[in-house]
Order: sequence, then C-alpha cells, then structure tokens
Amino acid sequence: MTADPTSSDPAEVPSAGSVTNLVTALVLVGLGAAAFAGSLALGVGSAARPGPGTWPMLVSGVLTALGLALLALARRTADAERFNRSGLLVLGAVASMIVFVALIGTIGFEIPAAVLAFIWLRLLGGESWRLSVVISLGTVAAFYLIFVGALAVPIPHLF
Amino acid sequence: MDGLSPVLGGFDVVLEPVNLLYCLIGVVIGMLIGVLPGLGPAATIAILLPLTFTLEPVTAIIMLAGIFYGAQYGGTITSVLLRLPGEASSVVTVFDGYALTRQGRAGTALGIAAIGSFVGGTVSIVVLSIVAPIVAGFALDFGPPEYTALALLGILLVATISNGGRIKAVIAACLGLLLATVGRDGFVSAERFTFESLSLADGLDFVPLAMGLFGLAEILYALEERHRAVSAPAKVTNVWPSRADLRQAGGAIGRGSIIGFVLGVLPGGGAVLASLAAYAIEKRRSRTPERFGQGAVEGVAAPETANNAAATSSFIPLLTLGIPANATMAVIFGALLIQGVTPGPQLVTENPELFWGVINSMYLGNVLLLIMSIPLVGVFVRILRVRPAILAPITVLITLVGAYTVNNSTFDIALVIAFGVLGYLMKKLGFDPGPLVLAFVLGSLLESSLRRSLLLFDGDPTGFFTRGISGTLLACFIAVALLPAARSVLGGRRRPAKEKELV
Repeated sequence: MTADPTSSDPAEVPSAGSVTNLVTALVLVGLGAAAFAGSLALGVGSAARPGPGTWPMLVSGVLTALGLALLALARRTADAERFNRSGLLVLGAVASMIVFVALIGTIGFEIPAAVLAFIWLRLLGGESWRLSVVISLGTVAAFYLIFVGALAVPIPHLF
Repeated sequence: MDGLSPVLGGFDVVLEPVNLLYCLIGVVIGMLIGVLPGLGPAATIAILLPLTFTLEPVTAIIMLAGIFYGAQYGGTITSVLLRLPGEASSVVTVFDGYALTRQGRAGTALGIAAIGSFVGGTVSIVVLSIVAPIVAGFALDFGPPEYTALALLGILLVATISNGGRIKAVIAACLGLLLATVGRDGFVSAERFTFESLSLADGLDFVPLAMGLFGLAEILYALEERHRAVSAPAKVTNVWPSRADLRQAGGAIGRGSIIGFVLGVLPGGGAVLASLAAYAIEKRRSRTPERFGQGAVEGVAAPETANNAAATSSFIPLLTLGIPANATMAVIFGALLIQGVTPGPQLVTENPELFWGVINSMYLGNVLLLIMSIPLVGVFVRILRVRPAILAPITVLITLVGAYTVNNSTFDIALVIAFGVLGYLMKKLGFDPGPLVLAFVLGSLLESSLRRSLLLFDGDPTGFFTRGISGTLLACFIAVALLPAARSVLGGRRRPAKEKELV
C-alpha cells in the first residue's frame, strides 16, 4: 500500500519539527476530550445496561490517553514528514476539487471536470499547454460517453 | 460438509462467461496498478467500489480479489527492472531482482518470480479450500463475547504491524472506531455525533471513507514527490528460467509458500510481512548468504512466492470469521457488506456459490497471471512510460465521479475530499490510515458484540475470561498490547523510533 519505500529515505524527506508533533498531539487530545464529553452527554448507562454513550466514551478515553502519550513523546518523534513548498501543490489540488464539488450541482460535471484536469496537468504537473488541453478535453469526452452515454448514471451534466 | 459437491459447484460459478470476464478484468487491473508505483491494491479497490454495485456479489468479489493478487505479480516487474517496488510487498525483491537485471538476467528474475507466485498462490488456494470450511465450522459456535475479543485482537494486531509508530496506529484505530459510531445507535434510537445533519443521520458510508483515505490520499501524497524521474526500463529477453535456476529456487518456493500461507492468515500479517520473513529465512538458511543482494535466484523466488501465498490466505479470516486481516481485506469486507452479504462463519453453508466461486476463481486468476506475466512482460513495462502527472487527474476524476454515483449525492464527493485530506495529513504525520479503515469496518460489530456480551454477563466484564475461547483471545490481546511496553522496561530502549518501512 505504501507507494514506494525507497523514496522514504530519511535523507530525502526531512522529518517534522517538534512543533508539528506537539500540534498533532494537542489536536488529538482535544478531539478525544470533545468526544468524551459528547459521549457523557449521550448517556453512559451502567455496565449491565450500556447506553448509547458507553462505547464512544471508552474509545475516546483511550484516544485521549494515547494523545497525551504522544504529547509526552513529541520531542522524540521522528516519523512525521516536514511540510514544505510542495505541500502547496496539495493545497491547490484540494482547492480545485472543492470548486468541482461546489459547481457540479449547478452547471454539471463537464466544465468543472475539464478545468480540474487542466489545473492538475498544467499547473500541478507541469505538462505542456497543448497536451494539457488535449488530455483534459479528451478525459471529459470519455467520461461523458461512459457515464452519461453507456451507463446512464444520473450525474448532473450540462449537455 | 457433504463432500466435494459445493467445491465443484464453485467451478460452475467461475466458468460463467461474466465471471470469467471480470476475473480477467480484475487481474489485468491488478497487474497494471502493481506495475505503476503509487496506487496500491487497497486504493484501487476503494476507487473501483462504485463500479461493483451493479454487479452480482460473486462477480464483484471475483474482480476485486483479482486486483489484489494481480498486484502482487505486477509489483515484481518494477522491482526487478527499475529498482522501484510497485508494491510494498515487493520491496525485498529489489535487492536480488535488480542485481540480476544488472547482470543481464532480468528475464530469469521475472520468470522465477512468476513461477514462484503461481506456485505460492496455488498451494495457498488448495490449503485454503481445506482449512476454511473447518475454521468456519469451528467459528459457528462463536457468540458475542468471542466476537468482541476477536475484533479487538484483530484491530490491535493490524495496528501493531502497520507502518509507523504503534501508538499512532492505535490512535488511528480509535479514530476509526469513533467514526463508526456516527449516526443512529442500533440499540436505542439515539443520534450520535450527527451535529443535527440529515446526511450524517444514517452514519458515515464506508465507500467515501475508503475512497478518500486510501484512494485520494495516496494521489495527494504522490503529488508531492512526483519529480522523481523514471529511467527507461531494461530490455527483457528470455523470460524462461533455466533448469539450474529452477532447481536452485525450488526449495525457496516451497518454503515461501508455507511461510506466506501462515503469515497471511494472521491478522496484520499479510503479503508485506510474508515477503520480508521469507527473504530473511532464505538468507539465514543459505550456505552462501553472501550471494544474497548480488543476484541470488532464491532471493527473488522466496519473497515473491510468499507474498502471493499470503495474499491468498488472508482471505481465510475474512471469509470464515468475518474479520479482515489487513487493509485491502477491510475494503473487500466493505464491498461484501454493500452487496448485502455479511462475511462470517455462516458464509460457507448459506452462500456456498459465493464462497467457492471466489476461492476457485483464484485458480483461474493465477493461471491468467502466469500467462500474462511471462510473455506479456514487455507490454506492461511500456505502461511505465505514462507519466504520473497525466494519470493523476484522470484517477481523481474517476474517484470523484465514482463517489457521486454511489448515492447520487454531492455530499459523498465532499466526504471523499474531506477523508482524502485527512488521509494525506495522516500519511504526512506518520499515521497509517490502514488501521482506521479496518477499525471503522469492524466498529459496529465490535460495539454491538460488546454491548450484547455485557447484557449477557449482567455487566460483569470478568465474564469474558470465564469462556474458553474469548478468554484465550483476550489473553493474547493483553499480551500483544503489553509486550512492547514490558520489553522496553526490561531491556532499555535499544532501538529508538527510527524503525519505519524496511523493518
């Protein structure tokens, strides 16, 4: 499942600083505590008559405890990767997908899909203008034929 | 079990043209994604889940299983030719496989790997056919306490053996269990963690979760490191290994089959661990261990045999106990649930055509893969020339549009994106998303078994230990949970946290 272990060579991927590790641990502790409080509000019941909150309470208790353990170990953790400039590519990718979801309901999937493919090819992938245009239009055409034409999936479409 | 008739009936199922076709599609896709570094089998199966909705359950699972074991074959090709393991389970093949390529014997390495994979897979299917019904028969008596213990142990083992730190893996599992509680409570109709959202009232769907955490997350993660150029693969000539090579590899293939089968059955074991263990054992028992890494044929044969044997045998816990042994099995578990089939001990008797159809399809799939991987190696190698920058947007669109088609809802696309971002962050921060997905899948089973057990025991948790099987399983659970802690207290921390991928 992991893509390519040779690339996780420590020399290539610098590990994150302890600030990242501290923030991660704090977020987990916060999440665990919030879920714990939520479980209590749902009603915990007793061991003989467990309520809807019993199980989430147990799990979020363990989660909070482990989050605290991570917090204690934050300075010695070395398995997180540093966020660097190539992370901007991911931000751009996520933004393009959010635009895709926001638009698909109103103007159909064709234009958002073509724009998304173009952004990924030209801006994120660094392909040439011509190739990017051809592939993004080609992909949308193929999707149209498969999903709208052949499978008749009720996906919102413009044409 | 009344003899062989259901087993043979399974072949009738396999030989239906539709199933044959989807078996072929599955192994070809598996081989393709195995060749392409990046998307693994779990991600691919997750992305293709929407496609399986229109299929019969047997057909769907035959195809998904084909993707899984096909990927084991495909992963070898890039390991041997390019020093790039297409799959984590082919990492150790790199050492001797690439050494052989540099000596101009790439064909030998690929041929041995294909034959080893075939033998390992086939041996594993035969043993699976014998063992699975026995395990299922045994498990029919399992009650809620046994399932509670089994699910707990399964999740813990998967978390223990996953990539990255143990604490982080268990945290991921806890997140999965919490996400599984979202929605209406099955016992009393209370709404939990829905934040008054109508879309969340029925709980989170497995498909967008798996598509996001496995599929989209891997694509996003790969975006960052795509600048690594892929060199042109070496020319492959003469794929048939010589008799001397075969004789040399024979023992390794035999031992690899057994190691692979055994490790595949264990939760958390699976193909990756099996290939590592088989390689280590060959190296240790060899009289000339210095040859390993310099192009030893056994060094290719053992891990490739073992990973395929393990891929096959990891179906046992899923099909007989209803407990997925690894992340890919968790996705196949989800696919079965969507089809309205609950995997478990009753599957063999209640749904024999599904059970035996899927198992017997693996014989056929392995034959297809052997045929494809020896003469068609050149074709698959050519696929490596397609740049990831071109494949990524197409895969993303397939994922997003596919997510929509499941329930015809844009909310599902949004969920996929949200889980994709979560998965990306998890991978960056050293959390393996595998335990999360596995725990999510087992979450409701675990909770309902626990609550039923507590009702059964009248609230007394020691009841778990008074029953033989659940007591033993829980003792194992405690041992696995406490062992590393005990070891670090007794032996001091000799090895600090730097213990990632390569063991």
